[in-house]
Amino acid sequence: MSEGTVTHVTLGQVNRDIVRTLEPPGSLYYFWMSIIGLTLSAAILAWTYQIEIGMGVAGYRTPTMWAFYITNFVFWIGIGHAGTLISAILYLFRARWRTSIYRAAEAMTVFAVMTAGLFPVIHVGRMWYVYWLLPYPNERYLWPNFRSPLLWDVFAVTTYLTISVVFFYVGLIPDIAAVRDASTGWRRRIYGILALGWEGADRQWKHYRRGYGLLAALATPLVVSVHSVVSWDFAMALLPGWHSTLFAPFFVNGAIFSGFAMVLVLILPMRYFFNLYPYITDRHLDAMGKLTLVTSLVLSYFYVCEGFTAWYSANVYEWQSYVWKWVGTYGPLFWLQIFGNSVAPLSLFSRRARTSPVTLYIVSIFVLIGMWLERFIIIVPSLARGFHPYTWGNYAPRWPEITITVGSFAFFFILFLACIRLLPSVSIVEVKETVPHPVKEPHA
Amino acid sequence: MSRPSGVVGVFAHVDTTVRAIHALRARGASSFTVYTPMPVDEITEALEGHPLPWSPVRFFTLAGGITGTAGGFALTIWSHLKWGLVTGGKPIVSIPPFVIIAFELTILLGGLATLLAVFLTGRIPLFRRSPGYDPRFSSDHFGIAVECPPAQAAEVRGLLQAAGAVEVRG
Repeated sequence: MSEGTVTHVTLGQVNRDIVRTLEPPGSLYYFWMSIIGLTLSAAILAWTYQIEIGMGVAGYRTPTMWAFYITNFVFWIGIGHAGTLISAILYLFRARWRTSIYRAAEAMTVFAVMTAGLFPVIHVGRMWYVYWLLPYPNERYLWPNFRSPLLWDVFAVTTYLTISVVFFYVGLIPDIAAVRDASTGWRRRIYGILALGWEGADRQWKHYRRGYGLLAALATPLVVSVHSVVSWDFAMALLPGWHSTLFAPFFVNGAIFSGFAMVLVLILPMRYFFNLYPYITDRHLDAMGKLTLVTSLVLSYFYVCEGFTAWYSANVYEWQSYVWKWVGTYGPLFWLQIFGNSVAPLSLFSRRARTSPVTLYIVSIFVLIGMWLERFIIIVPSLARGFHPYTWGNYAPRWPEITITVGSFAFFFILFLACIRLLPSVSIVEVKETVPHPVKEPHA
Repeated sequence: MSRPSGVVGVFAHVDTTVRAIHALRARGASSFTVYTPMPVDEITEALEGHPLPWSPVRFFTLAGGITGTAGGFALTIWSHLKWGLVTGGKPIVSIPPFVIIAFELTILLGGLATLLAVFLTGRIPLFRRSPGYDPRFSSDHFGIAVECPPAQAAEVRGLLQAAGAVEVRG
C-alpha cells in the first residue's frame, strides 16, 4: 500500500460517501450557524460604530497606529498559505496523501484570504476611499507609489485571492459534475450550471490535467511571494524589531505552520461529523502532525536567530526592543506565544500524539493562539518602543476591535461551514484516482 | 440531430475500456470520445495522440505570463516617469521594487490565461449534454461514444460488445 491512499472502497462508494455530505444538515449545524451569525452581526455593529465615530475607538494613537487589524490581516493571510502548500506544492511532489484533505484546505485558503482582505478596508478608517489603493489614472497624475511595500501588498494579495479562487474552482468542476449527476430537481440544475457542462471526455481531461499542473506550478512561487511581501510591510521600515532580512522566510514558515494548525482544526470535526474515516485516516493525521512539527522547529530556530542578531549586533535600539518583548508590558503574551509555537508542538514527536485527534486538536488551538500572538508581538511592542523614549507609548485593545477580531473568525467559519454543505469537501475525482480501479481480468 | 449516428458503449472496468480503445484504433476509427469519472493512466496511454498529440494549454500560460511581466514593468516605469517624485532616496525608475509588481502580474495573468485555456480547449462551458454522455460516467462507469455512418453501426456495436461493454446503445 502506498502512503495514505484509500484502498478498500469502490468508485461508486466514493461517489455516494462524498455526495452524502451534501444532504440537508441537522439542527446542530443550524445551532452553530446561528451562534456564528450572531457573532458576525456584533462585529458588523462594532465596525459601523467605528466608521461613525472614527479610528480612535480602536485604540489607535501614536506610536501604535498598527495594532489588532494589521495583526488579523497578517494572521489570516498566513492561514491561507498551508492550503496552497497542500493543494499545489504537495500536488507537484505527487504526495498522494494530500488527496483527501486538499479540498478542505483549499477552501480554507480562499476564505482566509477573503477574511484577511477585510482588514485593510477596516483599518483605513474611511473605507469608502479604499479604491485609492488601486493604481488607476486620475486627473492629477497622482499615482500610487510602487516603491511602497503597502502597494506591493495590494498586488500580492489580490493576485493570491484570484489565483486561489481559480485553483479552487478548477479543481471543483469535475466534482460538481459528479454531484450534478447524482442529484435531482433544482439542485441538479444549479450544480449543472456550476459544473459548466463538464463531461469527463478524454480531450477535457487532457487539457484539464495540463492546466491544473500549470496552475499548481504558478501557485507555488506565489505563495512564497505573498507572505514575503507581507513581511516587507515591516522589514522595509527602519524600526527596531522590524528591520531584518530574516523576515521573509520567517513569515512564510510561520504562515504555513499556522495554516496546518487551522487545517487540523477544520478537518478533525469534519471527519467526525461526516464520518469520513475511510478517507481521512490516521496516516493523514500523522503526516499533518509531522509537517506541523517540522514547521514549528524551523520557527523556533528563527526565534533563536532573531534573539542572536539583536544581541550580537550590539545595537542598543535593537537589543532594548527585543528585551522589552521578553520582560515588558507584553511579556506574558510573548511567553504564551513561545509556549504555543515552540513548546506545545514538541508533543508531536510522539506517534501516539500525532494520531490522537484530541491531542492534535489541543496542540492546534495552542498553535493558532501562539501564531496570532506572534503577529501581535511583532507589530505592537515594536511600534510601542521605537528609537526615542519620548515617542514610546503602549496600546491596549478596546471593545470594537476585540469584537471585530472575534467576528473575523465568525466570518471565516460561516463561509467554511456553508461551503462544506454545498460543495464536496473531499475531492471525489482525486480520491477515485487513488482507489483500486475496477479490472475484470486482473491477470490478463 | 443531423450528426452521423453514434454508438455508445458503457464499461464497468478499466481493462475492458482499454481493450475497446485498442480495437477501435486498430480499425482506424478516430471520431470517438472516451468518458471517465477520473483520469486513468491506462486509458490515457491507450489514447496516446488522440485526439491531439499535445495540449496547447502551456502556450496560453506562457503568453499570459509574458504579458504580465511586460505589463508590470510598463505600468510601474510609465507611472513613475509620469510623476517623477523621489521617495526613499531611490531613483525614479527603481527596478527592484518593480520586479515585485511584475512578478505578481506574471502569476496573475499566467493563471487567468491558463483558466481561459482549460475552458477553450476543453470546450466548456457546454450548455447541452453531448448525445453520448451518461450520468454513470461521472460516477463509476467508463464510456466510449463512437461517431460512425449508420452502415457501420452494427460493426461498432459488435466491437464494443466483444471488448466487454456492459451495455451498448445506439
